[in-house]
Amino acid sequence: MLCQECKQRQATLHFTKIINGEKTEFHICDVCAKEKGEFIPGSNSFSIHQLLSGLLDIDQPVSTSETETVPKKELRCDKCGMTYQQFAEIGRFGCPNCYKTFTEKLDPIFRRIHSGNSYHGGKFPKRVGKDLHIHKEIEQLKYQLQQYVSREEFEQAAVIRDKIRSLEKSLEDNKEG
Amino acid sequence: MSLENFISKAISPWMKNEGPDFDIVLSSRVRLARNISDTPFPIAASKNTLEEIIALTGSKFSRKAHRKFGELELLKMDAMKQNEKRVLVEKHLISPNLSDESKAGAVLLSEDESLSIMINEEDHFRIQVLLSGFQLTEGLKYANEIDDWLEEKIDFAFDEKRGYLTSCPTNVGTGLRASVMMHLPALVITRQMNRILPAINQLGLVVRGIYGEGSEALGNVFQVSNQMTLGKSEEDIVNDLRSVVYQLIQQERAARELLMQQSRLQIEDRVYRSYGILSYSRTMESKEATQRLSDVRLGIDLGLIDDLNGKILNELMILTQPGFLQQYAGEILSPEQRDQRRAALIRERLKLEKKA
Repeated sequence: MLCQECKQRQATLHFTKIINGEKTEFHICDVCAKEKGEFIPGSNSFSIHQLLSGLLDIDQPVSTSETETVPKKELRCDKCGMTYQQFAEIGRFGCPNCYKTFTEKLDPIFRRIHSGNSYHGGKFPKRVGKDLHIHKEIEQLKYQLQQYVSREEFEQAAVIRDKIRSLEKSLEDNKEG
Repeated sequence: MSLENFISKAISPWMKNEGPDFDIVLSSRVRLARNISDTPFPIAASKNTLEEIIALTGSKFSRKAHRKFGELELLKMDAMKQNEKRVLVEKHLISPNLSDESKAGAVLLSEDESLSIMINEEDHFRIQVLLSGFQLTEGLKYANEIDDWLEEKIDFAFDEKRGYLTSCPTNVGTGLRASVMMHLPALVITRQMNRILPAINQLGLVVRGIYGEGSEALGNVFQVSNQMTLGKSEEDIVNDLRSVVYQLIQQERAARELLMQQSRLQIEDRVYRSYGILSYSRTMESKEATQRLSDVRLGIDLGLIDDLNGKILNELMILTQPGFLQQYAGEILSPEQRDQRRAALIRERLKLEKKA
């Protein structure tokens, strides 16, 4: 018998629901059963977090023999106390600091969830993000500076150097102000 | 209260507008997830901390006039009756999660209900803008404005590399979820949805039924939204979704035309049968109601029914849900009572329309 929901897969779950004397029969495949979640008895709702935790639990293979000799210390966030194991189980971070604590493990996870991306490409908060913008700009200018120096274009390099200095000064000012 | 009065109070003011491409795109929604820096996310925070967040947000933002949305009203979950919360869920202003699971949840609502800011759902803040029709770009613009407005007074958890930090790794980066509700009856009738859905999934977008994750597409209404939040800019995410929605609109229009050319009699029959059943039945389950309403709405859009307004589908889909039926009745109803009330409400509503 085919699944009455998708009409594609074989129905594997058969049950009868009686609510207030009204009888309804269900014949559903396990894929649709999971989709329908909790209102089908015997198939617990399968949430995004459970799906995720399956994903997070896969520890990245570490090939070096070092890991065998040095017992790995469990990662634990010192702000909220969440361990990586807990994070993997519930699929959610406990606080902003968890991102720093677990950072070495996050790149592959983010890449899997976000179509290969692990870096933010969008908006910066105006106030908190102001310094971050400057940091980013300084980084780019430093790269340019290297390019000019390597090509021995020292005049341009000097211009860039001055720009970097003034940006660094404005960062200092922001801190004091 | 008369039905007319009840409806005008019950329906969100933003729903009374007819946005662009309203015949296919029922509504557009843009949501931004934000958290306060150096503060545990709701899942790990104490009830006290969460209460403080509500108090702080309330004192800074409720009753303060925002230039686009006006004054915001703060509603605390623990101060509301179960059915009041249910009605907000049915209007998509709060999530079932906030209504039932949050340790200390609240929502800031604008008067026209196009803006809701959920406090202490999965994240400290969920900014949500709801607009009629196909208005994703506008939705993003307004959500950004509210985001900036909150940021004037609140330090958000933000990391240069990861972006806005959220409790769930599926929201990190932009924290943006953009979605549209689409009425796609012709694509369903011509069995094209099964072909289209896998293609949409490949583009990093998700299609779901009307009530979110895991729900089926009742009444041929589908929710299309972005999946990834990290890596692309907010504008790119919205534009990618827009272009797919635009394609779906074209496909649906083409399918409607084809139906009218090749199966006009069958479509007319289907539409008028449903119209008749809605006009005269004495008891109706919600599943049947949504399907019949979808048929009638298609009839209106195809020009087969001209004495009804297209807005009726949106309106009745919300009004015939359990929370609203109970609110209208002023009491808690059993499922059988609800089915009777539902049929009665639809009959009355259709009569009202014909008089006007």
